[in-house]
Amino acid sequence: MNDRPQPNMRTPAAVDPDGAYVRIANVSKKFGDFTAVAEVSLDIRRGEIFCLLGGSGSGKTTLLRMLAGFETPSAGSICIDGVDMRAIPPYERPVNMMFQSYALFPHMSVEKNVAFGLEQEGLTRDAIRRQVGEILDIVKMGGYNARKPHQLSGGQRQRVALARALVKRPKLLLLDEPLAALDKKLREHTQFELLNIQQQLGVTFIVVTHDQEEAMTLGQRLGVMNHGRIVQVGTPADIYESPGNRFVADFIGSVNMFAGAVRAAAPDSLSIDCGELGATVRAARTPCSAAGASVWVAIRPEKINIGRQAPEAGVADNAVSGTVSEIAYMGDMSIYLVRLVSGTLLRVTLPNVMRGGERPILRNESVWLSWHDSSPVVLTE
Amino acid sequence: MARLTLTSGRRLVAGIPILWLLVLFLIPFLIVFRISFSEVRLAIPPYTPLIVWHHGRASLELHTSAYAFLFTDPLYISSYLYSLKVAAVSTLCCLLIGYPMAYAIARAGAASRQVLLMLVVLPFWTSFLLRVYAWIGLLNNNGVINNVLLYLGIIRHPLVLLQTDFAVYIGIVYSYLPFMILPLYANLEKHDPALLEAAADLGARPWRAFLAITLPQSFAGIVAGSLLVFIPAVGEYVIPTLLGRTDQLMIGRVLSDEFFENRDWPVASAVAIVILLLLVIPIMLFQRIQRRELEATP
Repeated sequence: MNDRPQPNMRTPAAVDPDGAYVRIANVSKKFGDFTAVAEVSLDIRRGEIFCLLGGSGSGKTTLLRMLAGFETPSAGSICIDGVDMRAIPPYERPVNMMFQSYALFPHMSVEKNVAFGLEQEGLTRDAIRRQVGEILDIVKMGGYNARKPHQLSGGQRQRVALARALVKRPKLLLLDEPLAALDKKLREHTQFELLNIQQQLGVTFIVVTHDQEEAMTLGQRLGVMNHGRIVQVGTPADIYESPGNRFVADFIGSVNMFAGAVRAAAPDSLSIDCGELGATVRAARTPCSAAGASVWVAIRPEKINIGRQAPEAGVADNAVSGTVSEIAYMGDMSIYLVRLVSGTLLRVTLPNVMRGGERPILRNESVWLSWHDSSPVVLTE
Repeated sequence: MARLTLTSGRRLVAGIPILWLLVLFLIPFLIVFRISFSEVRLAIPPYTPLIVWHHGRASLELHTSAYAFLFTDPLYISSYLYSLKVAAVSTLCCLLIGYPMAYAIARAGAASRQVLLMLVVLPFWTSFLLRVYAWIGLLNNNGVINNVLLYLGIIRHPLVLLQTDFAVYIGIVYSYLPFMILPLYANLEKHDPALLEAAADLGARPWRAFLAITLPQSFAGIVAGSLLVFIPAVGEYVIPTLLGRTDQLMIGRVLSDEFFENRDWPVASAVAIVILLLLVIPIMLFQRIQRRELEATP
């Protein structure tokens, strides 16, 4: 019994030798003169949650709409499960989408909304009723069958939209800003529920979002988009800790970024002169940059230590002094804006570990900032 | 003080339409209603008074003979039925022609949409009477349509088009089509295109998506347009008089004949009151649907 292969568990390799469930190859989309999506190539694996992250106008929604079939690529090809989607209309694709506005049918009850997709398949009434009941239970909306969409709260509508998109058990679910219309508390709660449901049903999720926090918690892999291009693909940790360029470093989280020039390149470390910082930055394990090359140094605010004493003698690099010009208390952490001698403002965050512990650093106090060799990210583009 | 001006201002604003309806609708209606309960006589005015003074005592005289007459002479019943039939068929034709047009305008680009709407309203710039007259020139035995068909050799003898039901339908559909298109457009234009995308995404072919999503959501527009066509079409006078049959009159023509040919004001008033009763039912239906629609919108 166990060694018999399950119909749903067929290996992707049988269909596509490279293991990509969705293969987007050199896809471009132009609206008149405007290029919304430019030569995007992307492989998405079966069963993963892939987040397309980007600002408005970055082309992420257009890419999603091409996957659903609402837009046709100007160039390139999209294959889902090894099948070229070029000539396949939306109503024949093995894909369902959850719309940003939810697009619930306002004249239909919750039950009718969710049943709509199954009715198109011509299932029996009993089968439809059973499947609708099951999926409404999964999204915890059982008992709301007779309500109309306008009688539901935002969070409830989101669940109904999710149920409607999932009820046909699609292999691929496209989610357009699934949590954007929810308030912060509900959003956090729903994020984890989405993850649960995704694992329970084994659906491949492609999520479009402009919210990096949402992308980080939901996505197993992220694709960061800018001006219609994918600028970096990787796990949330990859993207955050090792951004590939200045756009990604700046877009994901906050960052202190300075232009500099490589003074010396040792096999395992770089020394970089940063005029703005008024100091030399020593960075470890970075892509090879020859001496003299101009680079950018990016340091995350939480990777900078703040203290009253100068760091130990002999550690002249990776330390600067300045005065605290602004403090923002956020509860779980505090943000310090420190003005360096060179005039540059540096952003430092510090978790508030203790309750009213040691004497806190105050405004206008002189402080030293320092960081570890591994903290700076050296970027060439 | 400010509050006082506000309420009196509000009263004034609400008062103007109320006064308007009172003077121009309710009072004339009551006069007609009162005449319908009198009898014809050769005098000025040509009907019996409502209150008769007899030896210094006033007595109310209500005659129902006008109404009784309506149901004894088959002319009236057949005219009512014919009017309802003509109005219903014309409304259906307007809906079948107007819906696709309204849909196309609602889906057109912003620039062409303005032009198309303008084209719908454009005929109103010419006199209604003139436009109906123009149809005589088109439909005549010796008219444009017959001449073109004869010239092309499609027909050998001219078709009888004028003074037929067909001519009345043409005239009413042509004249009232904008009243169908405009409310339908106003409704269809508000539809969220994402709903049709969602339907397609869930596996509905375009035609099924239209039937399941667009059509039910445009129901209020269909009702509004249909009533705007149906109600005036029932009482239509000019079009059937100029283009229609002479052996079968519409009720509007009967009404005018009673007033001006027979000078039987009581019967004419009774005819008018019965038309009103026939139309009140669809109007109330319309208002109920509109109210339900208002409640349904979040």
